[in-house]
Formats: sequence, C-alpha cells, structure tokens
Amino acid sequence: MTTTESAPAAGTAAAGAPRGRGKSDVQGTRRLAALLLSPTLLVLALVIGYPVLAGFRESLYARGEGLDADGFVVEGDRFVGLGNYTAIFQGDRADAFWNAFSNTTFFTLTTVVLETVIGVAMALIMQQAFRGRALVRASILVPWAIPTAISGLLWRWIFQADGAANAVLRQEILWTADGFPAKAAVVIAEVWKTSPFIGLLVLAGLQMIPRDVYEAARVDGAGPVQQFFRITLPLVKPALLVAVLFRMLDVLRMFDLPAVLIGVNQKSVETLTMIAWFEASNLRYGSAAAYATILFLYIALIAYLFVKLLGADIIGEARQRTRRPRAVRPARAGRRAS
Amino acid sequence: MTGSPLKRTLSYLGFAAVAVYCLAPFYWMAISAFRRPQDQFDNSLVPARWSWENFSAVFSGDNGFGRALLNSVIVAGTTTVLTLLIGTFTAYALARLDFRFKNAVLGLIVATTMFPGISQLVPLLKLFTDIKWINTYQAMVLPSLGFALPLSVWLLTAFFRQLPFELEQAAMVDGCTRGQAFRKIIVPLAAPGVFTTAILTFIAAWNEFLIALSMVNKKEMQTATVAISKFTGVSGFDQPFGTQMAAGVIVTVPLIAVVLVFQRRIVAGLTAGGVK
Repeated sequence: MTTTESAPAAGTAAAGAPRGRGKSDVQGTRRLAALLLSPTLLVLALVIGYPVLAGFRESLYARGEGLDADGFVVEGDRFVGLGNYTAIFQGDRADAFWNAFSNTTFFTLTTVVLETVIGVAMALIMQQAFRGRALVRASILVPWAIPTAISGLLWRWIFQADGAANAVLRQEILWTADGFPAKAAVVIAEVWKTSPFIGLLVLAGLQMIPRDVYEAARVDGAGPVQQFFRITLPLVKPALLVAVLFRMLDVLRMFDLPAVLIGVNQKSVETLTMIAWFEASNLRYGSAAAYATILFLYIALIAYLFVKLLGADIIGEARQRTRRPRAVRPARAGRRAS
Repeated sequence: MTGSPLKRTLSYLGFAAVAVYCLAPFYWMAISAFRRPQDQFDNSLVPARWSWENFSAVFSGDNGFGRALLNSVIVAGTTTVLTLLIGTFTAYALARLDFRFKNAVLGLIVATTMFPGISQLVPLLKLFTDIKWINTYQAMVLPSLGFALPLSVWLLTAFFRQLPFELEQAAMVDGCTRGQAFRKIIVPLAAPGVFTTAILTFIAAWNEFLIALSMVNKKEMQTATVAISKFTGVSGFDQPFGTQMAAGVIVTVPLIAVVLVFQRRIVAGLTAGGVK
C-alpha cells in the first residue's frame, strides 16, 4: 500500500547486511528469505487469499433451497452472475442493505470522532507527570482488555430498562429495544471500549515531542490553545492518523458489540457484517458472499482514500524515519521515558 | 514535576475522571456479579448482601462453562503458539534480510489486517462444512491465524529492527552459521518482543467471537465468549444477567491481571504496532 515511502527502512537493513560478498551470498539470502516468508504467505493465502477469491466466486452463485436430514443444504449451485448483487439493490432487500450501509457509516463516523476527541483529551490529561499516573495508565487498559462480546453484555446490563444507566440519568429509556436509543447504546459502549486505545497511542506520540519546542513557543508568546493547535496536534498527527485508520477499519466490520448488546437482525443497529452473517447463518451463502464482497470493497475504498488523502502511513518504521525528522530517536526514547 | 496548586488539583481531577470513565462499567459488572439473584435489579453501589450464588450458577450443569473455558484456552493458546512460530521467521526475514519486494511483502501482509472477517467466513464455513471441520478446534484456530499473523509479523518486525545488528554479525564472523546466529543471539535478545506479541495475540484470540460463533454449533465446542452470550441461566424467561456478569468477571479478571502485570510491555507493543 504505502510501501513506496518506506525506502529508508530498506536502506538501513541493507546497511546491516554484510556487504561486498559474492553473488552466491545474495542468492543464499534470497533463498533464505523465501524459505522464512513462505509459511506466513502460505497461511495468509489459505485463510485470507482463498476466501477473497472463493467468496467472490460464491457471490455469483445461488443454491438450491433443499435441506437434507441433518439440516445441511443439498448441493446444487447454480450460476446467477451478478444476480445476488442486483438482488441486494432491489425491493425490500435494497431497504435492508441501505439501512445496514447507513448504520455502518453512522457508527464509523460517530464513534471515530467521539473516541478521537475523548482519546486526545485522555492523552493530554495523562501526560501530566504527577503521582498516580501509573494507576491511571493501568486503568486505561481495562476497557481494552475486556472481550468485546463481554462488554456487549456488560452494557446490555447497564442499559436495562431498570438498569444503571436509567437510574443515573433518572430517565426511562428503552435502550436495547430499537430505534435511536439502541444506536446510541452501541455508540456509547464502543466509544467506552476504544477511546482509551486512541488515548494510549496519542500519549505515546505526545511523549516523542521534545520539551524545548514548547519552551521556544512560550518564549515567543504562544498561549496553551495556540500551543495545542500549532505544535501538539501537528506533531502527534502521524500517530493519531494510524490510530484513527485502524479504528475506522475496525468499526466498519463491527459485529460482536451490536450483536450481543442489541441482537442480530435488528433494523436499528444492523451493520453490513451482521446482515452478511445473518444471510450465511440462513445458508444463503451466495447472497452472504455478495454482502461480504461489497463490505470488503467499501473498506478497501475507505482505507485507500484515508491513506491517499491524509497520508497515514501504516508501516510504522517508515513513518518514524520519514515523517518525524525533527524528533530524536522518537519511538524508543518515548517508550523508555514512559 | 512541580506546578501551582491549582494546576495540580486540576490534573488530579483529570486523572480521577479518566480512571472513573475506564473503571466504572467494569466495577458495575463485578459488583453485580456479587449480588444475590433476588437483589439483581438493586441499583445500590455496593451489594446489600454479598453472595457467591452467581458464580456457582456459572458452573452449574446446563452452561458447560468449564468446558467453554478449556476450549478458549485451547483455541487461543494454539493460535498464539502457531502465530509466534510462523511469525518469528517471517519477521526475522523482513527485518534482517535484504531482498527485493521486501516492503511490498510487508505492505501486503499488513494490508491483510484490513480484511473484514465476514468475507473470510462464508467461504471457509462452506469449505469446513465440506471437509467436516465444523465443531473442531482447527476450524477456529486456522481463521484466527489469518488475523493474528499479520499483526504479529508487523510487531515482531518492529522489535527485530531495534536489535543491534553487530552481535549477530560478530557471531557469524566467529564461525556461526546464520541459523546458529539466529538461535543463539537473536532469539534470546528478541524474547521480550516475542513475549509482548504473545500477550497481544493471546488477548486478541481470546476475545474472538464471530468465527467461534459461526464455526461451532455444538455446545461442548463453544469458546467462553460465545458460551456466555448464550447462557440460559436458572431463571429461564429473562436474560440471566447475574450469571453472565459473574462469568464475565471470571473471563476478564485473569486477562486484566496479565494486562496490569505486563502493562509496560503491552503499551510498548500497542504503540509499536498501533494494533487493536
């Protein structure tokens, strides 16, 4: 994807390798590299590459509806071309699709914006070097460590009609029933779980900013707000962009949280993954594969646009070397100091 | 650091806000687990009467929770071990060897992390049905490998790059083969990075839900996260929240303990990889 930018990293590796050896050594290195890489590439080809292609092929077929005695579908694929895709955009199915599509997009936009704002605020708070920081940093890992399915249950419990959320708010909202409150419940639970993650990454970015930059700015008369927008934000931008990209890709394929918190096949929270899963669990593999392929293309498009427009660099080392020429040994210095 | 009293108070308030934000829901889960089932809908901050009833209900006959925990350990453990075995070699090659298309390969591997699990699911579900792998451990481990490997390779590559090159070269000058130099020099040096990757991989595999939910329809093969979401409990008509909260505590407390003990390593890993 962004490999063109990581040339400096290659240069370092080349400098590390013994130089001036004969041709046989180069060949040996290549053979060794091929040998070492092949298991990973084999696994990825099998469990990622094969499904992409097989899924696309699957999406062009429809199955006979017959079930055998064990409840499995009797073999009987029939080629329908783009039939599964056109079916998605027609009639009732089109409503269901656009609903899932807009839910997915809505969740992505709201949660990423909210968790970025909360995460950056958390990082700024945690950057204050007072006692108790270790405790706060430990507590910030708790939401991240709780399995998403469990946190779905936890929030389902909090959002019960007579649960903690309504008791605190002194309201009687039916959060987990349907409609907008269900959407809000998913957004709240997701933001709770993931904004600490953004906070951590931004904190790491903050710690790489040399202190003298701020001193210079203060001497020049910059206030705290100016310092934040002119220094902090631009300098943590690379770390932040990577965090945001990964969060976006994660929300786009969201399943566990809404499925457990609200339930599958619920209009208000159905995402593209959920609709595809529902099709697959009803053994409509062709249509499920079509939904999955559309989601795959949607995610690829968003990732491409994000990387192109904002220049987020997903290969970390290259990012450190090319994008932060001013910071001195950024990553490691930051990590030790923490 | 020193600061004015006002500033200090403000940052303590900020710290408290962050801690409450992160811990309050978890506290609620823990405290709900310790309520008596008849007090379940009591919203007091501390249970009126502490009780272990929910915890014993978790392990009661119908739920098969012990088995589910074992399944989770087997699936997540196998995924972690395989991921590290395969990932270490690849990461070594990517960090240390010089060959063409190296960055393209790393980019390709990293790009697979963007892949939505659902597109993997349908073809594999069909394949595993055909080869009778439904309700087996391998049907859960193999797809998880697909998610775990790219992130591990990426993390390990970052760790390997930080190691000093000179030691390995010195060993090779002294007569070690590349393989020996790798085993004797690099592996021990890389141990902390490998360990960090192991924790992150294990947590990710332990938390997996979509694959485990789809590849298994027999209760005895369910992993813990799936089992908890399907608890029927003793009350029958309603969702057994007390039991589910107790099970949630059982599943998360060991994880949280590990996370707290190895906090520093985990933060280093997360910030090195920017992984989820």
